[in-house]
Amino acid sequence: MAQVHFTSWLRELVPDGPLSADGATVGDALDAVFSERPHVRGYVLDDRGRLRKHVCVFVDGARLKNDDALSRNIGPQTTLHVMQALSGG
Amino acid sequence: MTDRMLVSTRKGLLTLRKNGGWHVTATDFPGVAATAALRDPRDGALYVLLKHGHFGTKLHRSDDDGKSFKELAAPAFPTDAPGEPSLFQIWTLEPGGADQPGRLWAGAIPAGLFVSDDRGESWRLVRSLWDVPERAKWFGGGYDDAGIHSISVDPRDSRRVFAGISCGGVWETLDGGESWKLHGKGMIAAYLPPDQAGTLESQDPHRVARCAAAPDTMWMQHHCGIFRSGDAGRTWASMKLPHDDFGFAVAAHPKDPSTAWFVPGMKDELRMPRGGALAVTRTRDGGKTWESLRDGLPQRDAYDLVYRHGLDVDATGTQLAMGSTTGALWTSDNGGERWTLVNAHLPPVYAVRFA
Repeated sequence: MAQVHFTSWLRELVPDGPLSADGATVGDALDAVFSERPHVRGYVLDDRGRLRKHVCVFVDGARLKNDDALSRNIGPQTTLHVMQALSGG
Repeated sequence: MTDRMLVSTRKGLLTLRKNGGWHVTATDFPGVAATAALRDPRDGALYVLLKHGHFGTKLHRSDDDGKSFKELAAPAFPTDAPGEPSLFQIWTLEPGGADQPGRLWAGAIPAGLFVSDDRGESWRLVRSLWDVPERAKWFGGGYDDAGIHSISVDPRDSRRVFAGISCGGVWETLDGGESWKLHGKGMIAAYLPPDQAGTLESQDPHRVARCAAAPDTMWMQHHCGIFRSGDAGRTWASMKLPHDDFGFAVAAHPKDPSTAWFVPGMKDELRMPRGGALAVTRTRDGGKTWESLRDGLPQRDAYDLVYRHGLDVDATGTQLAMGSTTGALWTSDNGGERWTLVNAHLPPVYAVRFA
């Protein structure tokens, strides 16, 4: 299962992270997290289900482009980091 | 006089209390922009809308007078709403009528109107207003998208609700939001081609305030001047001022329909006090004559702009408060005749509200 780490700012919402999540893509893994913790969804995704403009995701240390981040394939050993961008502050 | 105010700022929700002078007694959600706040007069609940730079719009409620806040589900556009809107911010939050416990109205950017009947626990988009065909002609004013900044429930009939949209004109429902009618005859938009200046759905009412004791009287700071309505916002008369009539904020006297306050700036690309001298404009005779109140306000080198929700008057009609983009906050306890600086070092102020 992928390991999902959250930015320290969101750790108030996810104090028990990192979390293990099943999924073939970044979006699937995040959905698995949100199904257990629905209140986190609105912090990471907007009301159209897109990754928020000023949130960024790293897969095994590489930052993904926001427009296709959720569809990126991941493996069982993947480490995901959900971070806030430096923009938007 | 009210001894508490909620100040929504770029760096959180500030609560100020009056004890001798006014002082900040609480800073909630430090670092996060607070775009609107409300103390519900029906049950004392405090609400605050936040706009996280990274994480979107959030709503919190306090049921213990501000000691603690609980996060609620914020209003959100449904995925099937035409136009693929995504919430940018909540601009204003108002309680429903005294006979509608738990009802709240929220105005958003983009210009969605949201309603809750359970004290903010759940929200729905008022589709009847989102779906009006005139929405195709709405456009952003200041922000990229049009937004609802003024919501006023008629104290005589809670089903009658007024909404002001920048830029989308003024709208009224008589049936609690089931259907809406576009009003606003008399407004003039100089930013449109001359033959379209009266187009109702393209007007930019910056802010609208209603006299609580005479609910048919409304005052408007429009992008192109100051207007007054004597029929609850359906038709408007242009006021002739001897000086700047551009601005954003307006406060209506709660008892006297002839009295209102505005905070002028130089139009319209400049948006700062003329000559660096800040003033509050007041009429006490229904707009026939206008005073420029300056005592206690900076008269040189001031760049303060007061946003739409940055000016408030309490229920007595004599105590006012005003906060600026420069982070200055003033109060007056004599109807604006004299102002006292509370703090010159606040974050940019978005909204000031006696609570």
